[in-house]
Amino acid sequence: MPDAINYWPLLGVAVVIGGFALRRNPVLVVVVAGIVSALAAGISVPDLLTLLGSTFIENRMLLLFLLTLPVIGLLEHFGLRERARSWIAGFRGLTLTRFQVAYLGLRQLLSMAGLTHVAGHPQTVRPLVAPMSEAAAERTLGGILTDEERAIVRASAAATDNVGLFFGEDVFMAFGAVLLIQGFYARNGIVLEPLAISLWALPTAIAAFVIHAIRVRLLQRRLERNRARANARGAADAAH
Amino acid sequence: MLRIEYLYWLVGAFLIATALLNLRDRRYSIAAFWLILSAPFVFGEAILGAHAQGRSWPAQMMGAGVIALGLLAARGRLQVKADGPGEQKLRDESAARLGNRLFGPALAIPALTLILFVGGKYLSSRGIHLLDVKSLTLTALGLASVLALVTAFYVTRAKPMQAVHEGRRLLDSLGWAVLLPMILATLGGVFAATGVGDAIAALTSAVIPTDNRIACLLAFAFGMVFFTVIMGNAFAAFPVMMAGIGLPLLILQHGANPAILGAIGMLTGYCGTLLTPMAANFNIVPAVLLELPDQYGVIRSQVPTALSLMVVNIVLMIVLVFR
Repeated sequence: MPDAINYWPLLGVAVVIGGFALRRNPVLVVVVAGIVSALAAGISVPDLLTLLGSTFIENRMLLLFLLTLPVIGLLEHFGLRERARSWIAGFRGLTLTRFQVAYLGLRQLLSMAGLTHVAGHPQTVRPLVAPMSEAAAERTLGGILTDEERAIVRASAAATDNVGLFFGEDVFMAFGAVLLIQGFYARNGIVLEPLAISLWALPTAIAAFVIHAIRVRLLQRRLERNRARANARGAADAAH
Repeated sequence: MLRIEYLYWLVGAFLIATALLNLRDRRYSIAAFWLILSAPFVFGEAILGAHAQGRSWPAQMMGAGVIALGLLAARGRLQVKADGPGEQKLRDESAARLGNRLFGPALAIPALTLILFVGGKYLSSRGIHLLDVKSLTLTALGLASVLALVTAFYVTRAKPMQAVHEGRRLLDSLGWAVLLPMILATLGGVFAATGVGDAIAALTSAVIPTDNRIACLLAFAFGMVFFTVIMGNAFAAFPVMMAGIGLPLLILQHGANPAILGAIGMLTGYCGTLLTPMAANFNIVPAVLLELPDQYGVIRSQVPTALSLMVVNIVLMIVLVFR
């Protein structure tokens, strides 16, 4: 019955792809995509406004993290990031790889225990993990980081948090995703225990840890090589 | 019981305070932006209640507000306010003076979230409902942030208003990026209501050779990644790809193991989450929070991990699901 399906709402997807490709403001792109998709589906303007408004409200829990901003901002004003940096810099033998791989493992374990909101970008990465990563990288490379190096190390801190969160959360515990899978099957007459599903997330969780740990190691090596090359160039320039 | 609604009101109050501070500085469009955004937090429950009773004009007003937010966002630029003179020196001095005591309130957020989560679970299993059980981790995080703020006042001896100013500084530097997660989830809801998922599933199953189980599996896996990239969320992709390919073709026709297909299929979708600006709270918001020069810096850092893991997941599924 392909005739019964209305393909016009796919225009909304086209708006999303086009808008991101043209680097328009993402919020505007998304709002326009929603309007286009709804109009193409034959939804009337009042119903469209109702749909937008009520779905928007139903998703407001996504901004609850704003409550962490006053305390993080206050602590930053009093030098939290500076302190995090100098504290980590005091550890002998700590490298960027060791620090970020340890955080990756910790984040995966926390996430396996269902503690997905314990860490995160506003509450731990910006005030603690990013400055500590920078200090660890400065220990490893020696001297102050260039702006480019700093951006790479920070981006890697955020990526490490994401990988740890995503590929820990479905293991062992019956949370969000596992319940969604179980619920889907139950509605279609396949009854499964949550644990029977979640154990199969373990191989991927292990693979994620190994792959990302190797990548952090490679990142550190790349930074070290670039430093060596820059130093050699500097020496050659000085010799001229 | 501490309902999550109370924490929403607190978010609303913070947004209104930020709007007023911006108004005082004559930054009118950003003030309007925060003021409109406070509405779902202050009036959310009332609007949804009215909608359930058949009065839809408040929800329609909110819908118009969403469009206004989109227009205001397009006017604003993301920028981090530069340090004032001597601020770096002040921070270094206070870091040296307060030392490791600064870590207390910062670590109190995760630690208290953990304690409140475990404690709330334990108490509710005994029939005492102190925290909202339906959204326990989020309620725990919200309450932990408030309690951590109290300890931060104790450690820094700052005045309460200063927390509002510092919070506003961070919120202003996040700017419209803060809205992306919520607006993208809204788009997911709209797409679900307009049948975008069904259309994509119908298109995919029309073009693959359904007799070949490996072809079906690859279509399922790439479909999960692609659809997650479009929607920014594997949860939205899963029911669509399952209903279109996973259940009818892989499980019913080719006898795939549903538990393995479900678990690893979902995680294959997560590889897509690492790749997409649509998953703004994981990929774009941190790029702004960490003041990266490139909006896509976090995604760029994740691409090799995401692609290698996708390959691993596909191989795992090929080996495991048809046993």
